[in-house]
Amino acid sequence: MSLRGVNRSFAVSERGIPARQVLTDVTLEISPGEIVALIGPSGCGKSTLLRQVIGLDSPSSGEVRIDGSALVGIDQRCAIAFQEPRLLPWRSIVRNVEIGLPRGTDRAIGHSRVTELLHLVQLEESSQLRPRQVSGGMAQRAALARALARGPGVLVLDEPFGALDALTRLTMQDLLLDIHAAEPATIILVTHDVDEALYLSDRVVLLGQAPGSAPGSGSGIVRIVDVPGARPRDRANAQLARIRSELLEGLGVERHHQVIPQPS
Amino acid sequence: MAIRSNSEADVAANEAATVLQSALEFEHSVEGTALAPPIRRTQKRPRWFAFLVGAVVPVALIVFWQLLSTSGIIPAYRLPTPISVWEAGVDLSARGLLLQDVAISTQRVLLGFFLGSISGLAVGAVIGLSRWASLLVAPTVGAFRAVPSLAWVPLLILYLGIHEDSKVLLITIGAFFPVYTTVSGALRHVDHQLVEVGRAFGRSRMNLLLIVQLPAIVPTVVSGLRLALAQSWLFLVAAELIFSSIGLGFLLKESQDNGRIDRLFLAIILLAVLGKLTDALIGVLERFLLRRWS
Ligand SMILES: Nc1ncnc2c1ncn2[C@@H]1O[C@H](COP(=O)(O)OP(=O)(O)OP(=O)(O)O)[C@@H](O)[C@H]1O
Ligand SMILES: [Mg+2]
Repeated sequence: MSLRGVNRSFAVSERGIPARQVLTDVTLEISPGEIVALIGPSGCGKSTLLRQVIGLDSPSSGEVRIDGSALVGIDQRCAIAFQEPRLLPWRSIVRNVEIGLPRGTDRAIGHSRVTELLHLVQLEESSQLRPRQVSGGMAQRAALARALARGPGVLVLDEPFGALDALTRLTMQDLLLDIHAAEPATIILVTHDVDEALYLSDRVVLLGQAPGSAPGSGSGIVRIVDVPGARPRDRANAQLARIRSELLEGLGVERHHQVIPQPS
Repeated sequence: MAIRSNSEADVAANEAATVLQSALEFEHSVEGTALAPPIRRTQKRPRWFAFLVGAVVPVALIVFWQLLSTSGIIPAYRLPTPISVWEAGVDLSARGLLLQDVAISTQRVLLGFFLGSISGLAVGAVIGLSRWASLLVAPTVGAFRAVPSLAWVPLLILYLGIHEDSKVLLITIGAFFPVYTTVSGALRHVDHQLVEVGRAFGRSRMNLLLIVQLPAIVPTVVSGLRLALAQSWLFLVAAELIFSSIGLGFLLKESQDNGRIDRLFLAIILLAVLGKLTDALIGVLERFLLRRWS
């Protein structure tokens, strides 16, 4: 998959919101089976970029190509888990996950796949509940299962673990890696958690305003970091710790080297 | 899929404190969801309770009516007694007239309601889904809606005569607009985020419609149908008052001409009962649909 000079700007709306440039010249080559983590400050256009990738929205200029052909409309090879769970409130959890199955899936095969996925995201006991009867984290896991059900070539995840508690989050990260090892899809993942990005991805892409550019000129790729080491990685690796503080600096987080003097 | 099983254990060793806390939270949330349904169930009363409470006012009204009509305050030619209305009903049905009136009126309403709501659903769906269709024909449909439906009566009689067709068509017109208005409006306001889910995971326009858009508008469609049914009875009476020789509306007109106030009351009460009965059918449909789709 490749993104070439992707620009996206939103026109002046009728309610008087001024036109603005959100993405400027995003160019990125992603090889098949690669895991790319996208980080950047809130509102910098990460979700907008993902929408271009799966064809829900199209760039103002530039293009997105998958397997060498330009993306037109929504591609059946892609699946997305949105930033919000977006489950259909009138369907039970299991019926929501079924929506993700690719077209023409055999009934029995589809059923066993959905059952397995619900087991993997630890939702089999809640499979008959409606979305309003489950917690935010459970809904998010259901949305992840829905995206996985497609068995996609390109899996696009927008903060897939944002609503999960620490333990479930770590379990789901390992689950994602296991699934990726079994069926190596290309994964593009947005996260706010630098550690998560370093644990999961081959490359971390830092999105944001280029340093020194005029405000309102839109975000581009500020830095791309290759993450060393084969998965599964040690979360406490010293080399990763150094990259982490580099990335945090890129996000505008100050490093605290100095010891704060204790008031006596 | 190959799944590593020791991952949880690794993690647990590193993050013992967090694990403990989140495990506690997890327990808590599971318990919370499990408890929710019983609390609601205790507040539910049996069906007969609602029925009894609902019957209080009608019974009181009949008692009041009986007292008023037998007290002599209002002369009998202005207010019949409940018994005389009942007798008028028995008399008419003994001659086979009442059943005939009720049957033909109900048939007209159901036919017109059916045709009107089906076409309202279809036209509303097309206009609600397609921006082009909306730009092209919505203003025209709106203009037709603005015509008070009774204004069509002379034209209908001229074109179709005073047969069944013209009456059913008038009722169809009456039922069409409420359904059309609610369906086209509701489709335009389906949650945009859910429509995107349908687009991202659906396969075709039809699929999107079936998976997301139609289920999302079910509650609105049902209330549109309710309105349409009420309109159907309204236009039935209008049609039968103006041009018919059979039916409850005709019974009304004939009784007015003959000064049969007991039959007038009878016809009004029958219209109330029939309207409520058909509305209850929609209520059954509503309960079924909402259980399935909400
Ligand atoms: N449909 C739209 N019309 C106008 N502006 C939009 C639209 N969608 C997004 N934007 C703007 O684009 C910018 C980027 O939004 P986006 O949702 O991509 O941010 P994000 O990086 O995903 O943020 P977060 O991390 O908080 O989710 C925001 O300033 C937002 O206001
Ligand atoms: Mg976002």
